[in-house]
Amino acid sequence: MPEEIQSFTVTLIIRRYNPEVDDEPHWDDFDVQMYPTDRVLDALHKIKWEQDGSLSFRRSCAHGICGSDAMRINGRNRLACKTLIKDLDITKPVYVEAIKGLPLEKDLIVDMEPFFESFRAVQPFLVANNAPTDGKERIQTVAQRERFDDTTKCILCAACTSSCPVFWTDGQYFGPAAIVNAHRFIFDSRDDNAAVRLDILNDKEGVWRCRTTFNCTEACPRGIQVTQAISEVKQAMLRGME
Amino acid sequence: MTSTIEAPRSPYSRAPRSRGVNWEKWGWIYMRVSGVVLVVLIFGHLFVNLMVGEGVSALNFAFVAGKLTTPFWMVWDVLMLWLALIHGGNGMRTLVNDYATQRLTRGILKSAILAAVVILIVLGTLVVFTFDPCPAGSPADLLPSFCSAI
Ligand code: HEM
Ligand code: SF4
Ligand code: FES
Repeated sequence: MPEEIQSFTVTLIIRRYNPEVDDEPHWDDFDVQMYPTDRVLDALHKIKWEQDGSLSFRRSCAHGICGSDAMRINGRNRLACKTLIKDLDITKPVYVEAIKGLPLEKDLIVDMEPFFESFRAVQPFLVANNAPTDGKERIQTVAQRERFDDTTKCILCAACTSSCPVFWTDGQYFGPAAIVNAHRFIFDSRDDNAAVRLDILNDKEGVWRCRTTFNCTEACPRGIQVTQAISEVKQAMLRGME
Repeated sequence: MTSTIEAPRSPYSRAPRSRGVNWEKWGWIYMRVSGVVLVVLIFGHLFVNLMVGEGVSALNFAFVAGKLTTPFWMVWDVLMLWLALIHGGNGMRTLVNDYATQRLTRGILKSAILAAVVILIVLGTLVVFTFDPCPAGSPADLLPSFCSAI
């Protein structure tokens, strides 16, 4: 018989909001039995399946790929499916709430439309004005691919944008995620539309609103150097592309 | 029962890209350039006024009057005045843009900031260039030493 793995009682305090009955969000607490290797997402599942079926949250892949379950866990934006119980201080309750700065719809679910609207505004698709040389492929050197590798990793979870205090103020700032996804194409040697994207972001609600707070870099579950990407876009505006 | 949730902010639509001088870009550059110069000016100012020689106890009318008759310090102080006030004013403009959501409130606050910056720059510059270090009828022990020579 293998030794039994120790489990713990973890208290989660979740910010609930049901638009059909509540005027204001309120905090509900739940006790769940968890293993250290479980994730916050497992705790939410346990609550939904065993204690309160009305708890609402988004998740799809459960493995850090789809970007559905960004939420504020103990005050920091994290993916619930990538946050292990053993990495939290479970001697205290774990606070879970929806990400900030986007309209709250229900419990942990926000309206992501303003976020995607900014994303779409930077034209996040390849724009190439000529046919590839051999008619088949647009060849890139290793160095050319490396130039924008970091920003290809984005899963559009909104953890960065909804951790940004400038975005919180009035929600008009394009936000880190839109700039990351513009960076993805601005520095892609196959793309011909860098000037247009730089022009879109070289505006009142664009990169100049960034105050280098680094909240975005801290929040990104893919470890993207978000603040650095934003600075590189600023530099491209000031010095031109090299 | 269904209630409509009010979106906490204005509609998603974006204003078209504004033309003309890119104030946001130049403002961003100005904050950094003036910041670098201000580090030298402000810490130089504090060092000379508070640490050199007798330190803070040397500060009096005569000390300031002495500095404001030296062209080097006049240029230093005027530069510090202009750079810091425009820097501070532009910084406060950024904060107003962040936190004031009503058009009218924004307008009033930004006009107040502009008025404060302009008035202080004009007054400050006037003082530095029209300063009289030896006002007539003042006790000699309060005036800079060179006044007795006149
Ligand atoms: C010691 C020299 C100084 C340096 C190096 C410096 C640097 C900076 C920089 C780089 C910013 C822009 C921050 C950003 O956009 O991310 C800034 C903002 C600001 N500065 Fe200065 N500054 C200095 C002195 C001053 C002084 C003397 C004042 C007041 C008159 C002032 C008032 C402000 C304000 C109000 C802001 C806006 C704050 C914000 O955007 O959150 N600074 N400063
Ligand atoms: S940059 Fe990181 S935090 Fe921001 S949306 Fe993409 S994956 Fe999420
Ligand atoms: S559920 Fe897909 S990223 Fe967490």
